[in-house]
Amino acid sequence: MASEVHGADEGGLVFHPMDQFELKSFFGDGPIGMFTITNATVWMALAVVCIVAMMVFGSSRRAVIPSRAQSIAELAYGFIYKMVEDVAGKDAVKFFPYIMTLFMFIVFANFLGLIPMAFTTTSHFAVTVVLALLVFVTVTAVGFVKNGAKFLALFWVSSAPLALRPVLAVIEIISYFVRPVSHSIRLAGNVMAGHAVIKVFAAFAAALVVNEIPTAVGAIVTPLSILGITALYALEVLVAFIQAYVFAILTCVYLRDALHPSH
Amino acid sequence: MATDTHAAGHAADAVSAPGMPQLDFSNWGNQIFWLLITLVVIYFVLSRIALPRIAAVLAERQGTITNDIAAAEELKAKAGEAEEAYNKALLDARAEAQRIVAETKAEIQAELDAATAKADAEIAAKASESEKAIAEIRAGAVESIREVAADTANEIVAALGGKADAKSVTAAVEARMKG
Amino acid sequence: MEGQLAHIGAGLAGLGTGLAALGVGNVAANYLAGALRNPSAAASQTATLFIGIAFAEALGIFSFLVALLLMFAV
Repeated sequence: MASEVHGADEGGLVFHPMDQFELKSFFGDGPIGMFTITNATVWMALAVVCIVAMMVFGSSRRAVIPSRAQSIAELAYGFIYKMVEDVAGKDAVKFFPYIMTLFMFIVFANFLGLIPMAFTTTSHFAVTVVLALLVFVTVTAVGFVKNGAKFLALFWVSSAPLALRPVLAVIEIISYFVRPVSHSIRLAGNVMAGHAVIKVFAAFAAALVVNEIPTAVGAIVTPLSILGITALYALEVLVAFIQAYVFAILTCVYLRDALHPSH
Repeated sequence: MATDTHAAGHAADAVSAPGMPQLDFSNWGNQIFWLLITLVVIYFVLSRIALPRIAAVLAERQGTITNDIAAAEELKAKAGEAEEAYNKALLDARAEAQRIVAETKAEIQAELDAATAKADAEIAAKASESEKAIAEIRAGAVESIREVAADTANEIVAALGGKADAKSVTAAVEARMKG
Repeated sequence: MEGQLAHIGAGLAGLGTGLAALGVGNVAANYLAGALRNPSAAASQTATLFIGIAFAEALGIFSFLVALLLMFAV
């Protein structure tokens, strides 16, 4: 592990919680250009492979009585379909493949990132900002195409007193444009925070083998750190799913606003 | 963390790019390019292959379930009908049996009545015949008594030396017979 | 000196994550209280629960981000 490499260089406990997010060229050590295959590329490709394996090969038998793999695919389908229908409304069902794409990519990127030594693509703002901006642009375009100028009623709160409406309109517009920011930072921040904290615990777990620390202290710190890593890992499994779910459900909420701006 | 294989290059990276790798904007183009390709691939795989297939399977299953439920309802209705028919047949059979029992009973009763009536009539006839015979015998007896009494009276009167008047003897016998 | 101030600032910003935890706990606690009072309506509101938690947590993540920026980027 990198911390041991650093430990050998510098001595003592060394924390490099952000090293795991470094983007590297996958073949050789060359500079990263636009089309270089990096570790991010590889893990995105793995996510695609996993999604294809689950959704395409899992359902390839088209059985009326499903196999285990097919039930998982159907479960994912039903889960997101019901969410789109319930949250965004029946007329949003035509956006279901789009939301399914976002959800499947995020959930697989998150879970693949939990594999030790893996690279977590969703921990990078470059990825989540693009995802959030895609949603933002789509929602805004859909809002204007479907409702025309009436879409602006979203910012003009007709249930508020007239004097308050301009103030509320400013607040609503600001909150509308903050949406992609919070949408993207929530996902990347959650994933990054979890992984970084696990990494900090991992640095503490080396206490027993670092010469500068007394063995008695290390004998206490190391098991505690490993326990902490285990607990955090369980939390991260939960977070990996919940953040994908939250990203998808917020997309549905924004889509509902675009389709029915009156409320 | 895939740093083991790149440990040599790592130290140089750590010096040249400290801090958050996320904020190294020189990488953004690369990541965004591959992300967009990934998303497009996933979108087409899902929307062209996976989702329609799963939707078809789900619809087929729903159809199968609906058909099975309908068939089950039909069978249930048939079972109900069969039960009804069975109950009806049972009731009919029971009614028939009761009818036959009543008929037989009535027949037997009629035969019994007829036999009784016949017996009664025969008994009555025999009784009347007997009565008639008894009456005849009695009449015969009465007549004989009268004759015997008259004869006896005549004889007694003659024995006493009188001459019995047949008419008065008969009257006297009649009077005694009535008394 | 400036780097040390940045680390102090990062620690202060880290307080925000803890406060966001209070907010998330508040959302979950009120959801639970409502769900116990009316269990039949609970299932239909889990989506709202997660949206509420997401909004509350986003702000905590912002302060975590500020801490990271102070630590690594400033």
